[in-house]
Parts: sequence; structure tokens; C-alpha cells
Amino acid sequence: MASLKDATAIVGIGQTAFAKQLPEDEKTLACRAIVAALDDAGIAPSEVDAFASYTMEETDEVEVAKAIGAGDVTFFSKVGYGGGGSCATIAHLAAAVATGQANVGIAWRSRKRGSGPRPWKNTAVQLPTPGQWTRPFGLLRPADEIGMLARRYMHEYGATRDHLFNVALACRNRANQNPAAMMYERPLTREMYMSSRWISEPLCLFDNCLETDGALACVIVSAERARDCRQKPVYIHSVAQGLPAQHHGMVNYWNDDPLTGPAWTAARHLWKQADFAPQDVDVAQIYDAFTPLIPLSLEGYGFCGRGEGGAFTEGGALESGGRLPINTGGGGLSEAYVHGFNLINEGVKQLRGTSTAQVPDAATCLVTAGEGVPTSAVLLRAP
Amino acid sequence: MADATTEPLLSPTIDTDGAPFWEYAAQGELRIQACTACGELRWPPRPCCPHCQSFDSEWRRMSGRGRIWSYVRPHPPLLPAYAADAPYNAIIVELAEAPRIRLVGNLVAAPDAPLNSVDPDRLRIGAKVQVAFTDVNGIAMPRWLLERP
Repeated sequence: MASLKDATAIVGIGQTAFAKQLPEDEKTLACRAIVAALDDAGIAPSEVDAFASYTMEETDEVEVAKAIGAGDVTFFSKVGYGGGGSCATIAHLAAAVATGQANVGIAWRSRKRGSGPRPWKNTAVQLPTPGQWTRPFGLLRPADEIGMLARRYMHEYGATRDHLFNVALACRNRANQNPAAMMYERPLTREMYMSSRWISEPLCLFDNCLETDGALACVIVSAERARDCRQKPVYIHSVAQGLPAQHHGMVNYWNDDPLTGPAWTAARHLWKQADFAPQDVDVAQIYDAFTPLIPLSLEGYGFCGRGEGGAFTEGGALESGGRLPINTGGGGLSEAYVHGFNLINEGVKQLRGTSTAQVPDAATCLVTAGEGVPTSAVLLRAP
Repeated sequence: MADATTEPLLSPTIDTDGAPFWEYAAQGELRIQACTACGELRWPPRPCCPHCQSFDSEWRRMSGRGRIWSYVRPHPPLLPAYAADAPYNAIIVELAEAPRIRLVGNLVAAPDAPLNSVDPDRLRIGAKVQVAFTDVNGIAMPRWLLERP
């Protein structure tokens, strides 16, 4: 059986500015990020023959391919479940390139959420779905849905708001080192966190990600081709998607064990295919639409035992120099919320040695997609 | 901008799988879909039993008693009809006779009382609750009352 292990690499990354409001539209921002990523790789747009995206992306591959001047495209995929699909784009392109279906793949995300519509404004369109069993009762927004899991998690395992603050602070501290981050010049204190307004109790303002305008992209080629590219390759070591048995969208309340979410399913496959284990991960980029997703993911990906995710955040463990530095660009909580794609590019920067919060000699990085929804993850490795 | 007086609370979209739930609700009964072949309950309703793949189902009457499994208190920004009562509560109830069946709902002081009618200090995981039904937009919606008000 063919293995995807280190068969492909990310050789180019690109991004636009991040802001509450950018003047250009999503399509233009997407094209800017993709062209920048190709330039970073030193690959001509006419060589691109594969695209992968994930849902809630408004610009489709037809528009992007035409605009940037791609060649004939022989592979394209779009993964469902919004933020759960970020790393799956890397997985699909790695598979396509490794099996010869394409040579140069582009994954991207473009978003105008800072200046665009609020997701809960669209709540009515979800009523013909299982949303009919949640939305009418006022569970309107993702924050409300994750708040339910967070409350139960805190009740079962003694996790506290201080643990959630540790997550928000680690992300903010890294953003304070990253001039491109939305929260670059805005430090966070415990007092600010504890006195901020509620969004959905037990989640407060700082437990929620940022609404952001911006776009990112990356370029994937075979490991062989990667040797001739402009940048040091970052190998795609292991990939996985996760949709657990009896899972339900973002409201994982209806299966037997709601606190072991999609991360657990993705993790089993991810580690089975890898040459290293959680204790060998130098730096992690963990999807942080909401702070409770971090302790849940730490457990799911095997960095600690079940119920230990809150305690894991203590003692600066998630900070630079800690046991597991996370979200070193600032993450969705403090760099930009672009459905997790900034986490992928930040992982690449760490393994190139060019992060604004560089972990010394980082050689392995875990990147995850949204926990709570059908998810995906990728292990990156330096040469 | 729309306001709470013109925009009602959201109503469920009643589909084929879920229709019996609402028909029984209109009679004041809480019923959950069960497999006729193997007897397993399932929620939300769907065409096929995930345990034995039978397509035959029935709707089993529940006592209507349960416990709060989790809860949140949403604050604005929210849709107008919900913002009007915010912060309100949304709860998950695990049913007394089938704890793995969990329903999203609201804890209220009386069946037709607003979603913010219970003192937030009374919200507690494990609190025992009892179902009641109230008419919202012509649909009998389940609401939950504390067993010891």
C-alpha cells in the first residue's frame, strides 16, 4: 500500500493583511494570497493543476483558476463542515499529488467575516436540518453550542475559567509578538478576561475568536519536486479526518460520550501513520474558535489523559518555552479567525524557522482543524 | 432593523422523520423514536436504526422526567426575538429512563413563561426537571419545569 508519509511537502505560503475591514472582495483576497504563495514557492501559476477548499468558502476553484491563470486542472475537492475542513485540504492535495493525479496543488481560505454577515443571522436556513432540534430553543450561535460542552466539561472534570484564560492568554501573548496579528498591540490581563462581558455563559468575550477579513493559501508538491523549490520544504508527515460514530454536526450532545469528540477519531489515524508520538511534538497549532476547544483537543490528540486538558494549561505549559507552545502566531483567538488556515501557515513558518515566536529548532508540528465538528489534522515535519 | 415584536421565535421545520414527535407533543405527550426490531431508542429521529438497520420504528412514551445535563445563558448579539429575553437559558435534558437521550430545551417558571423566567441561580447540572408543552407559533413546544420549583 502506498504511503502518504513525507511523500509531499508545503513549499509556498501566502497571506493578505488581516483586519476588521479590508476594501477588497473575497475573490480578490483569495487570488492575492494564492499568487503570493506561488511566488514564495517559485512556481508559475500555469503549473497549478489541483485545488482544495472547504465549505463556507464563497470563491470557487473555477473563479480562482481562471483569475490566477492556472493550467488544466485535474483535481479539485471541497470538504464540508467549515472550520473542520482546514487540514483536510492539505490531506486531499497530499493524496492527489502522491498518487499522481496532480502536480501542483493550492489550498486556500478567503474570508470577510470582520465586515461581513454574522453567522447566526442565517440561523433560519438551518431549521430543515438537525438544527430544528436546537435553534428554536435559542441555541443560535456556535458559541452557544460549544458553551454547552464547556459547561459539562467543567462540571465533570473541574476545569475552571482560569484554565480557559490560560488558553486565551497564550494566544494573545504570541499575537503580541506578531505584527501581522489583529491583536498585536493589545495585551490581555486576567482582570480584563474575568470582567469582560458574557457571550454565552460560561463563555465570555475573550473565549471567542475574532471576526476577521483576510485570506491565506499554501502550495503543495511532491517531496521530489520540493527539493528544487525556493523555500525549505515542510513535509506532510501524516494526515487524518475524523467523523466519530453517531456524531451530530457541531452539537455533539447526542452520542454516548459527547466529551470525546472528532479530535479523538482523527488522532487515532494520525498517530497510527506517524513515526513520532505526541511527546515528540515541538509546537502545535490547535484550532481555537473557542478556548474550550484547546483542552478538548489536548486530550483528543493525546497530549494528556481524559479530563486533564484544563490542568495541562497550568504553569505556562502553552506559552513559549512551555511543555507545548501553541498557536504561535496568535491563533484564531488573537491573530485572525480565517477558519483555521492561519494555523497551517504558522506551522510552516515554525518548521522553516521564521515564526515571530519561533520555537528553537522546531522540527515537528501538529496542526488541527475545528474540534466539535467533523474535523481533520496534519503532522508537519522539517527536513 | 427588525424588532422582537415583528420577528417571532424560530419554529422547527417539521420533516418526515420528526413529524410524529410534534403530533404527540400536540397531545401533551413526550415520545421518542424507538426501533421496532431491536428496541433501541434513537435521537434525533431518522429513517434507519443505527444498531440493527431496521427501517421499522415506533414512538415510545416517556415519563417526561429528566435531569439537566448542561446549560448556557446566551447574551446578545442574538436574533431580535431571543435578544428581547436575553440573557435566557438553554438547557440539555437527559431523560430519566434513557439518560443517553438528551434533548435541547429551556427551563421556564411556567409552560407559557418566557425563556428568562427562572432565576439563573436555580440552573444546576443534575437538577430534576419535568416536561410541559406550550404553544409557540402554532406548534406545541416542549418546555422544562423544575421538579422542586
